[in-house]
Order: sequence, then C-alpha cells, then structure tokens
Amino acid sequence: MSSAIRLRGLEKRYRSVHALRGIDLDIAEGEFFALLGPNGAGKTTVISVLAGLARPSAGSAEVMGFDVVRDYRETRRNLGVVPQELVYDAFFTVREMLTFQSGYFGLRHNDAWIDELLATLGLADKANAYTRTLSGGMKRRLLVAQALVHKPPVIVLDEPTAGVDVELRQSLWAFIRRLNREGHTILLTTHYLEEAEALCQRVAMLKEGRIVALDRTDNLLRSEEERRLELVLSSDDLPDSLRGRVLSQDGKCFVLNLPEYGELEAILAELRLAGVGVAEMNLRQADLEEVFLKVMERAG
Amino acid sequence: MSGFRTLLYKEIIRFWKVLMQTVLAPVLNAWLYLLIFSHVLSAHIQVYPGVSYTAFLMPGLIMMSLLQNAFANSSSSLIQSKMSGNIVFVLLPPLSNFEFFAAYLLAAIVRGVVVGLGVLLVGLLFTNLQFAHPFWILVFALLASAAFGALGIVAGIWADKYDHLAGVQNFAIMPLTFLSGVFYSIHSLPTFWQGVSHYNPIFYMIDGFRYGFHGISDVNPWLSLAVVLPVALVLAWIALQLIRSGYKLRN
Repeated sequence: MSSAIRLRGLEKRYRSVHALRGIDLDIAEGEFFALLGPNGAGKTTVISVLAGLARPSAGSAEVMGFDVVRDYRETRRNLGVVPQELVYDAFFTVREMLTFQSGYFGLRHNDAWIDELLATLGLADKANAYTRTLSGGMKRRLLVAQALVHKPPVIVLDEPTAGVDVELRQSLWAFIRRLNREGHTILLTTHYLEEAEALCQRVAMLKEGRIVALDRTDNLLRSEEERRLELVLSSDDLPDSLRGRVLSQDGKCFVLNLPEYGELEAILAELRLAGVGVAEMNLRQADLEEVFLKVMERAG
Repeated sequence: MSGFRTLLYKEIIRFWKVLMQTVLAPVLNAWLYLLIFSHVLSAHIQVYPGVSYTAFLMPGLIMMSLLQNAFANSSSSLIQSKMSGNIVFVLLPPLSNFEFFAAYLLAAIVRGVVVGLGVLLVGLLFTNLQFAHPFWILVFALLASAAFGALGIVAGIWADKYDHLAGVQNFAIMPLTFLSGVFYSIHSLPTFWQGVSHYNPIFYMIDGFRYGFHGISDVNPWLSLAVVLPVALVLAWIALQLIRSGYKLRN
C-alpha cells in the first residue's frame, strides 16, 4: 500500500531551537496513526510542516505522494488539518465560515456536504450563529467541519480533545472512526494516551525532535510489561511458593507478577492449598501510558 | 481562480459587515473637515483662480480618506487574523501566494474607492465639483489605493501588535498626508517644506488626482504618474515577496 504521509530526514530549526532532528516516517493510506510525545517534542511542528505552516529546514515531507513545498497546492487539497488552538473568525457565522472554507478549496456548491457535516457534528441549529457565540466544544467541532469541507483523504488532528467533555469526545471519535472506515487516513496527536490506545493501529513516540518508538500499538503494549495479577486475600500472608512473584503488598492487597496466563491456574491452586481465600481478583495489562513513560525514560 | 474570488469576497464582506466603522466613520470625518474648513476658510483663501476653496479641498480630502482606508483594510485584516490565529484558515487551503496577495490588495482598493466615493458624495452637498479629466481621477484613485493597500499588507504582516500598526499610521502616514497638500497648495508653504513635499509620494497622488477634477495642479500629471506608478509597483512587489518568503506567516 502506498504512503499517505512520508517523512524523510525531516528537520526543522527555529532560531535557537532544533525542533525536529531527522524524522523518518511512513503512514500508509487508511491507517489510524498517533503521534505521541511530551510538550515540545515536535508533534505540532511535524503537523505544521505537513500543512505548509512551517518550512522544513532539511529533508522532505510528502502527502499522498506530493511534496509539501514543491506541490503545495496538491498537498493542501489532500490534507485536512484541525488545529490545536481554538481559533475562529468572529466576523462570520458558522455557515459562512464553511462556505468560505469550501471556496478557498475551489468548491462552489458544497451545501449538501456542509449540511451533512453540520448535522453529523451537532451544529445544524447553529448554522446561522456567529462563531463568537459558540461554546468551546462547538468551536472545536466547527474546526473539524472546516478541516473536512474538501473531503481530504488525509486528516490531521492536533490535540482535538484537549479540554473537551467526555460526551463530545466520544461523539467526535465515533465520527473520526467512521471517516477512517470510509478510507480516510488519520494522523492524531494527543495527550490522552488511552485515546491513542483505543483508536490507533500504530503509534510513534517523539522526544526532543526524534522518534524514540514506532510500532503497532499492540506490539508496544506487549513489549513493555508483563501482566500483573492484583489480589485481595483473606490473609496478609502468602504461601512461600508465591513470595517470589510479589511486586508489591499493602496489607491484604497483593500485586503479583504473571508472565503467562497459564500460570494463573497454578497460583490459585497454591492459594487454595494454603487455605487462603480470594476476595477480589484483577488481571491488569500494561497500558500505553506505562509504555510511554518507560520509553521516555529510556530515551532520556 | 475560485479560491482567490472567495478570499476577495470574504475580505470585502469583512469590512462591509462593520460599515459603521470602516466606511461611515471616515465619511463623517471628511464631512466634519469640509464643514469646518470650507466655512472658515472659503472666504479667505483661493488657491487656484476660479476654484473655490471647498472645491480645491475636496480632491485632497477624498484622496486622504481613500489611502488611509486602503491601508487600514489590508493591515487590520491581517493583524486581526494573525493575533486571533484564524489566519490558518487562509494558509491551509491551496491558495497561491499571488492569489493571497491579490485578494488582500483588491479588497483594500475596493474599501479605499468606496470610502472615496462616500466622501465625494458628501462633498457634493457642499460644492459643485467639475470632473475635468475623469481618466486621471480614476488612475490616481486606483494607484493610490493599490499603493496603500500593498503598504497595509506589508505592515500587517510585519506588525506583531496593533501598536505597531498605529505607529505606522501616526508617525508615517499622517505626517506624510498633512505635508502633501491636502488642505493647501504646497506653493503656499515655506521654500524648505516645499522642497520636502516634492519627496513625498502622497503629494503626487493628491496633485494628480486634483488635476483630474480641476484641470489645474502644482505639477504636470504625467510627472505625478511617473512617481506614483513606480511607488505602487515597488510596494506591491515588496508585499508579494514578503508573502512568498513566508515571513511571519509560515514560520
């Protein structure tokens, strides 16, 4: 499959800051991809370069095979960007903004699609409201609509759920998922790692302008941590045979190491044999946040 | 082409929606100037034979309003968009640098000309104007608003805050306007200031424009054209290069 986004040796230097230090990355068409990293890692700079808001200092960036500098018109036609900042133009109404945005892309009769966007994003009753009267969540949805007026094959969302309530977040993701199913490539940056974990097939982790981890989400989750077994027991004393597995203990609460599911049976048998009752049991896998912290620590 | 047309349309709608501030206020200002000056000075001053002071003042006032508003349109639109961040809405689409430039420039010209027309209509309440050479009127109106629209683009891109723009307006445009013969013929100035005025491009804009109305002027309109045309072209070129470079817009 061809690349929707291809970065080669991408570098970006601002006056005193080396924001990107050589990024190589391929995102396939139809992927749901997350770019993670602490503040200042370079996530937004990558997006700015893709969007033509910043020029690469070295290396290249392509969107659907078009170079962001040389073929900037084609690049921008293929790209929809939802910016991180909650920006709006107070002079205009929601519909005016979407009509203008369509016009900038050369689309003159886009009302059917605009209506669909408004309905899907829950803005239909705000179509004729001035943008300054919208709530934060509505402004965010308007930004999403603006990014989609030209039905771009590649959609980039820079921290789309920052400061957005749970309900809206879920409806937003349902919509983005639908777009992904319909074939759009999605590139996402987020601070909410559980979102990336739930949504994205692959993630790249950035630190100080470099990619420090790049893999399928499930591989990353598997690679980093063994499973853990959390138990609340009837006793604060464990059989000797299990003491080696203890990762932590707090009274009758134990966290045990569990490399393989198969060993669960044996552990429970040991407990039964020792006459220790199990009040609560929890199996826990590493989440992306733990992986993220470990990767960041190692890269430090 | 359609992207350009949309941006031009949006830029025109933008000032039209705040008509009170962008068109009516400058027209009212000009009306006040006319009321005061024509009343107070008419009886005492006649700059050109056979031309009343009010009629003499009119082209200067129209030109002053026109170029101030052409400048205000592009500069304030750009700085507002930069400061609020919504400039990304026009940076993300596939508009070429030239389309971007031309849309802001043309919208500035439209605003300048609309305000100029407003002042003209108000002026006709005060005095009968002749239109000796309509072609020159049109040429100088368009070139002057283009020059100041382009200057507005440059200033709007360069400025980081409204204060910077106010600086350009108050410390460059206002003094140059008042030392350009809006209210008088520069021949009535002391010799030194007459000399200075000859280095002021606004003087040629007003003088050429005035020739279009009265058929009389301080210098030959072709000389005015020879000054104003290159000034407009150079300012437009600088504005376009600035947009091409991405200075403060794409970095």
